Amino acid sequence: MAGVRPASTDPDALSWYEATARQRVVALADPGTFQEFLPPTERRMSPHLPLFDLPRAFDDGIVVGRAALDGKTVLVAAQEGRFMGGAFGEIHGAKLVGLLRAALTLKPAAVLILFDTGGVRLQEANAGETAIAETMRAIIDVRAAGIPVIGLIGGRAGCYGGGGLIAGTCSRLAASEGGRISVSGPEVIETNKGAEEFDSRDRALVWRTMGGKHRRLIGGADAFCADSVSAFRKAALDLIGRAPAFDLATLEAEQARLESRLARFGDCRDATDVWARLGVNDPEAVPAMDTRAFDETVSRVREADHDAR
Amino acid sequence: MTLAEILAGLFPQGHSVTVRDGLVTGAGRFADGTLHVVGVDGDTPLGVDGALVLSRAVLDAVRAGDKAPILVVVDSDSQRMSRRDELLGLNECLAHLAKALLLADRSGHPTIGLIYGHSAAGAFIATALATRILAALPGANPSVMDLPSVAKVTKLPLDKLQEMAKSTPVFAPGLDNMVATGAVHVVLDPGKPLDGQIRDLIANLKPGDDRDRLGEERGGRPVARGIGAAVIAQAGRG
Amino acid sequence: MESLTFRHTTKKPLPGSVPNAITGVVASGNLEILLERVLPPDACEVAIETPIAGYGAVWEAVVADFVARAQPGGLRISINDGGARPDTVSLRLLQGARLMEA
Repeated sequence: MAGVRPASTDPDALSWYEATARQRVVALADPGTFQEFLPPTERRMSPHLPLFDLPRAFDDGIVVGRAALDGKTVLVAAQEGRFMGGAFGEIHGAKLVGLLRAALTLKPAAVLILFDTGGVRLQEANAGETAIAETMRAIIDVRAAGIPVIGLIGGRAGCYGGGGLIAGTCSRLAASEGGRISVSGPEVIETNKGAEEFDSRDRALVWRTMGGKHRRLIGGADAFCADSVSAFRKAALDLIGRAPAFDLATLEAEQARLESRLARFGDCRDATDVWARLGVNDPEAVPAMDTRAFDETVSRVREADHDAR
Repeated sequence: MTLAEILAGLFPQGHSVTVRDGLVTGAGRFADGTLHVVGVDGDTPLGVDGALVLSRAVLDAVRAGDKAPILVVVDSDSQRMSRRDELLGLNECLAHLAKALLLADRSGHPTIGLIYGHSAAGAFIATALATRILAALPGANPSVMDLPSVAKVTKLPLDKLQEMAKSTPVFAPGLDNMVATGAVHVVLDPGKPLDGQIRDLIANLKPGDDRDRLGEERGGRPVARGIGAAVIAQAGRG
Repeated sequence: MESLTFRHTTKKPLPGSVPNAITGVVASGNLEILLERVLPPDACEVAIETPIAGYGAVWEAVVADFVARAQPGGLRISINDGGARPDTVSLRLLQGARLMEA
């Protein structure tokens, strides 16, 4: 398990969006503490991609291991959004499932999942889809054991498809502006339902509908981060300390929270309509707000903070 | 098999299961107790509204505390693809439904999936794949994406994909491939009484998630189990 | 996929004692390079997997140039290529060698 060295990283200067998965993990952790499981030197590569004449990655697009965060042991998984869109293949998914199952005996202070995924890798679709189901079950087992599972979302691939469902099973989520969370991606909706339903080239619409600010305002994410590794680290530490339990009371509260959302905003066409009803004074100004102004706006929205997850 | 035939086979003494907008909820007398039924019928896409109807039914069953089994019947489309659904947090609503089923399972309700038609993507993950054991009836057609769409995305000719699909269960749509992957535990025999087969599944439920072991044994996911085990082994060292 | 392997003898070992390093990502126009200090100090091997066939001569020249400049004795270098241009390959190889020297 020799530590495979990535390029050096400064958490304040490093953009989460631009960083590789390995850079994110190393810079997020206490310096020198990240220890990778099944590192690239083991060459655990997809047995399926060569059938499609596609290149493989030594880590199958996900980095998993152990690290210290403020001195506490955490398990970490980070998806590489630039390799096959960070999508779940057989090995990629199995590494995440294995990490979560390891948490049950290791009892770390938390499991961190650094999402960066388009969903299922089509060339390994059945394995990816099944791994997503296994991941969700494993997350619930880990949460029920009292271990927080924290999702961090701000990569270039966003968090789409089954990745969005996995994010929805986490104890807490932090997202940046670039951290789009959704099930059907813009292109998928446009391909199936037409550009009148969703114009995927309208990037402002994509950010408004799926981006980190909208998710934070409606309570779909618990923290909004600037695009730096240090911001995500601070958010992760904060969220670990206030993770909700996984039990009937939590899910009853989530049922009520989501039903109330549909009742209040079910007829809204655009995110700005939702924000206006949430009491945001100038909804049109939200997309351009910096982190501080946005945090102030969020602090006045009652729906943004809750334990119903 | 249609949903009506399934329900008739499960509940010879009658039941209260109804279908509204493609959403199935209700219960019936089953093996000296109750069997709750939730699900999606008629190739219906699952959106935010439907997911919350089903999760409410599951949570109602958990709150009742009867520990009665819950059957999740599935003939659905994919997740509903729309701007409205994503605006309102479809990922949260589908995950909530899956969490409700996983909570039910943890709370002592055996959860059994029964796929008798189509299902795909987010709808499949939030329903049938969130149960402890997933059974299928012959003719069921679970898929992630149909081959013509796979051809479009992978830029490979359809006939080449069809040829590859014969020997490579890991990507091709269809029931046989989902069985090989371990996602579908068992295919039921439509010639035998359904209630007895479901009763046997409930009686033989095992703890844990054995889908990766099944995938290895059946050849549809040759390496996943070993990879997961290797991560656990390395995590356990120092 | 095309597999290429080039073996070179170097005049000296690459300085440093870092056992292994990785740089880059497999993506369109990019590549990942895994470097491992596992060979005799005067040997270097570069193994390439690329989806773009027919560029063996270009790879051979880029690798030979890198070996002459960096003298990466002792390294086994494994490349997963996503269709990188030769200048990107050179840059990444030198980046990787620097990580091993640190």
